[in-house]
Amino acid sequence: MKFKAMTAIAALLFAPAAFAGGADDDTLVVNGDIEMTTKAPAPAHLDGALDEIISGWHFRSDETQQLQTDDFENQGMIFVDQAMDIWNTAEGSEGKACADCHDDPADSMTGVAATYPKWNEDAGEVRTVQMQVNDCRVNRMGADAWKYDATDAISMEAMIASHSRGMPVNVAIDGPAAEAWEKGKEIYYTRYGQLELACASCHEENYGNYIRADHLSQGHINGFPTYRLKNAKLNGAHSRFKGCIRDTRAETFSPGSDEFIALELYVKSRGNGLSVEGPSVRN
Amino acid sequence: MASGVKPRVKAPKKASAGEVVTIKTLISHKMESGQRKDSSGNVIPRSIINRFTCDFNGQNVVDVVLAPAISTNPYFEFEATIPEAGDLKFTWYDDDGDVYEETKSVAVG
Repeated sequence: MKFKAMTAIAALLFAPAAFAGGADDDTLVVNGDIEMTTKAPAPAHLDGALDEIISGWHFRSDETQQLQTDDFENQGMIFVDQAMDIWNTAEGSEGKACADCHDDPADSMTGVAATYPKWNEDAGEVRTVQMQVNDCRVNRMGADAWKYDATDAISMEAMIASHSRGMPVNVAIDGPAAEAWEKGKEIYYTRYGQLELACASCHEENYGNYIRADHLSQGHINGFPTYRLKNAKLNGAHSRFKGCIRDTRAETFSPGSDEFIALELYVKSRGNGLSVEGPSVRN
Repeated sequence: MASGVKPRVKAPKKASAGEVVTIKTLISHKMESGQRKDSSGNVIPRSIINRFTCDFNGQNVVDVVLAPAISTNPYFEFEATIPEAGDLKFTWYDDDGDVYEETKSVAVG
């Protein structure tokens, strides 16, 4: 009992530190202009799992958070710049650039990141932004497809996402996409690896707690692609999934696999209502 | 030339005479330290930005020596007093001899 009482006192003394891993109450405004919704009521399909959905931005330190408030300091924007050069460069046998069909991405790509992954009727599959870009590259430009989450592909995805910043994530989970969504949900709640951890074990049951020295977020992907300070480059959602499953000591799926496409759709739908933040900055 | 190098500068377009303004610069550069080895064990040669300067109308504002431990995409934020209208000239010196330049004009009024 004495030990318990001591622990309680210690918990009180160190209360601010003990809860430093939780979500803070800051507000995110980018460039003094784009107001982000970083906390929102959970979408209906999360009934019983989460009451409120919280952007991963809230779980980061003030210094890291600040980097995302200004495009000049957000190093993810370096890659957005590079993608703009690619956008305007003709490639492949047709001699076309992205810009030849889609003009200015500030107009043509607005809202794209908010609704992908999305069912493609002609192809009869759920497509991510990168798959759609590759479809254009192969079939319209006659160029080589990019490898999934390769530097150019992820930069292009970030550039496209940047034109949807501030818009609420709203991916469709009914109709023809429902099958993939169910598959993604099953993966989300399946325990993998020697550590027997499911996505939900950390990001649903333990968000706000520490995982070693880091804070667990709810694992939304509204901020992807994400510039991570730890590797100083953009990171794709599929690469992040791979890293998480690897950390459970399991054999992982590959970026671009059907499993990860389904998981991307499901995880993105958990963030329905949060603002698109990509490219965001995380540690 | 190292690939993907692009200098960026954020400086005010206008200032009042004698005003102290904040200037931010960022250059995308991989800053290879010379300490790492590739997959076959060979040392990857050092390739960094080794010097950065800023001048205002020919007068030096900052002159920085950069060392190999500085991270990728080096960022500088500093203040400068703007006595009169003129040009801020920024220069980055690469190990391989390349020099990257950027100029920003500041009006006084």
